[in-house]
Amino acid sequence: MTMTTTAQQRALATQQAQTAEKTGATVELTGLRRRFGATQALDGFTLTLVPGELVALLGPSGCGKTTALRVLAGFETVDSGRIVVDGVDQSRIPAQRRDMGMVFQSYSLFPNMTALDNVAFGLRMRKVPSQQRRDRAKEQLELVGLAPEADKYPHQMSGGQQQRVALARALAIEPRVLLLDEPLSALDAKVRVQLREQIRVLQTRLKITTLFVTHDQEEALSMADRVCVMRAGQIEQVDTPSTLYSAPATPFVAEFVGTMNRIPGVITDDGRVGLLGTAVDIRTAVVGSGFGGNAVIASGTPVDVLVRPEGLAVTPSPEGRGIVMTTTFLGSITRLGVLLDEDVMVYADLSNASVAIPTGSAVEVTLTERSVMVADRTEPAHSAVESPVEA
Amino acid sequence: MVALGELEALALDDRENLLARPPRPWSSVRLRNIAWWRGVVLVLTGAFFLLPLFSALRFSLESFSGGLTFSAYTAIPSQLGFTAALSLSVRLAVVTTAITLGLMVPTSVYVHLRLPRLRPFFDSITIIPIVIPPVVLIVGVLQVAPTFLKSTPYLLALEYTILAMPFVYRSLDAGLRAIDLKTLVEASRSLGGGWRTTLWRVIVPNLRTGILSATVLTLALVLGEFTMASLDLYQTVPVWIAQFAQDDGHISTAVSLLSLVVTWLVLVVISSFDLRRIRRMAQIRRDA
Repeated sequence: MTMTTTAQQRALATQQAQTAEKTGATVELTGLRRRFGATQALDGFTLTLVPGELVALLGPSGCGKTTALRVLAGFETVDSGRIVVDGVDQSRIPAQRRDMGMVFQSYSLFPNMTALDNVAFGLRMRKVPSQQRRDRAKEQLELVGLAPEADKYPHQMSGGQQQRVALARALAIEPRVLLLDEPLSALDAKVRVQLREQIRVLQTRLKITTLFVTHDQEEALSMADRVCVMRAGQIEQVDTPSTLYSAPATPFVAEFVGTMNRIPGVITDDGRVGLLGTAVDIRTAVVGSGFGGNAVIASGTPVDVLVRPEGLAVTPSPEGRGIVMTTTFLGSITRLGVLLDEDVMVYADLSNASVAIPTGSAVEVTLTERSVMVADRTEPAHSAVESPVEA
Repeated sequence: MVALGELEALALDDRENLLARPPRPWSSVRLRNIAWWRGVVLVLTGAFFLLPLFSALRFSLESFSGGLTFSAYTAIPSQLGFTAALSLSVRLAVVTTAITLGLMVPTSVYVHLRLPRLRPFFDSITIIPIVIPPVVLIVGVLQVAPTFLKSTPYLLALEYTILAMPFVYRSLDAGLRAIDLKTLVEASRSLGGGWRTTLWRVIVPNLRTGILSATVLTLALVLGEFTMASLDLYQTVPVWIAQFAQDDGHISTAVSLLSLVVTWLVLVVISSFDLRRIRRMAQIRRDA
């Protein structure tokens, strides 16, 4: 949802004026370690957020992303490591004094309070005078387009409205850092897209340093300035969404972000990789887990070649090496699932403007890329299934 | 209807046809039979509870000449020891409720937030006061009670607090299970709310039904408890009634009935706080 109404624009201008000199904070998380029983939730987690930046923590369930956020919020302690905000160590500061706004995954509005009272709660804790408190709370509600709902109780509002009120409540205290813990996961698809745009617009204009936890790569890639991909309590890669997609640092990132095919290949004598009846260069920027950065891989070594669906071309051919098993309509493209001779399933994107290829057709699959990423054949696949979500 | 044995005896096709058939609507005769049985159960249950009350009411209104009189009721306030007993019962009810809620609300919240795995353990230990004989509880309380309380009737408040614990814990536990406590607490803390503020402004208002339920149960328990007060030699209303019954059965019966009605009215008033809120919420929902 874009900011369209005059009231919203006015509220935003007021808020911007108020926070003009109060831009976001610098957050430094250094060497965080946290263990829960046998699980190492954070294992040397180090991340720095620059003022006004939105960083998304992305990773599979149990990778430690929520723990990292909760540690920063003050709801969890660390076994070791430092949490510094604007040069001040936060380790001994309780959650209520950290000056961080937070929006939770579940609806967290206080059920006994109206939307206005919910938004005013943080201001009340800061002993802002009553009238001023109400005025500022109304401004915040206007900011998220919910001024008419000010007197409604949470149970009278939809999930999307409740999360917008929760956002207004978190912003009302003018936090140094905004923490978003999967705030969109309980909402339906349409509301989710609207609200994520609204969050991004507000965060950008108010210049609040924001840490956003999500397991939805589409959310992370569309909203964040940088995305931090996590696995098993460690950071795999922190980069801009486009770099993460086009130049993943590890096979895990390559497969976790977007859809990635793993096709068996063999290193040729000239240091290239042979697959699908051709030989192509190995992209040096990509690290194969077992091979190291720019290490030379011996000729004849079996590898897995990582290719995105848009890096494959599919053409109907009675003598082709594959059979179309599935077709999935994704708007401007159709994604074909093709079973190759080697009993390998690959996915390829076909423009809807091109000739339709029905399920069961014999096809030829070829590479359209001139260089590819390779990974150790022993590296387990992380996302073998097709994801309709694409960057 | 076809019995199970008959169903097995049917050919497969017939069986499938029979099972595919929509269930036959209940006949009006059958419904009337059920309504009749319901009525019987209701009347029997009502008679079980109301007949003793009716008998007591009739007995308390009987005059020596055989007619009806309110003299037993009008004479209550002037009876020796009644006002003091009533005052003591009310004070004990208020003090016990305050101690119980003051102890149990933070404890229950703490258990839910910090020790959720120990909830089954707390469920079981809070039953102990029900299974331990009152005299054992009294001895236990006497061992740990502060000396200055041992010679005052407020010792009973401590005993009643233990006695009320199973009911209060369960009421609060049910209330806490109904809210997303962890998220609400964390939301409050992230907005700057300290523990006391969070408890008072966020948890207690949302635990209102559980707290009212706990209050009702504690009041009812204290106003009706006889054994502990009698063993501790304090004259609360139930003890006074039992003792006075030896002097004048009409008046003691009248007091019993009145205390029942007054207790019931107090409970209705307390419950109505929540009822009003529930109705208001329902109205808001309807309007929405």
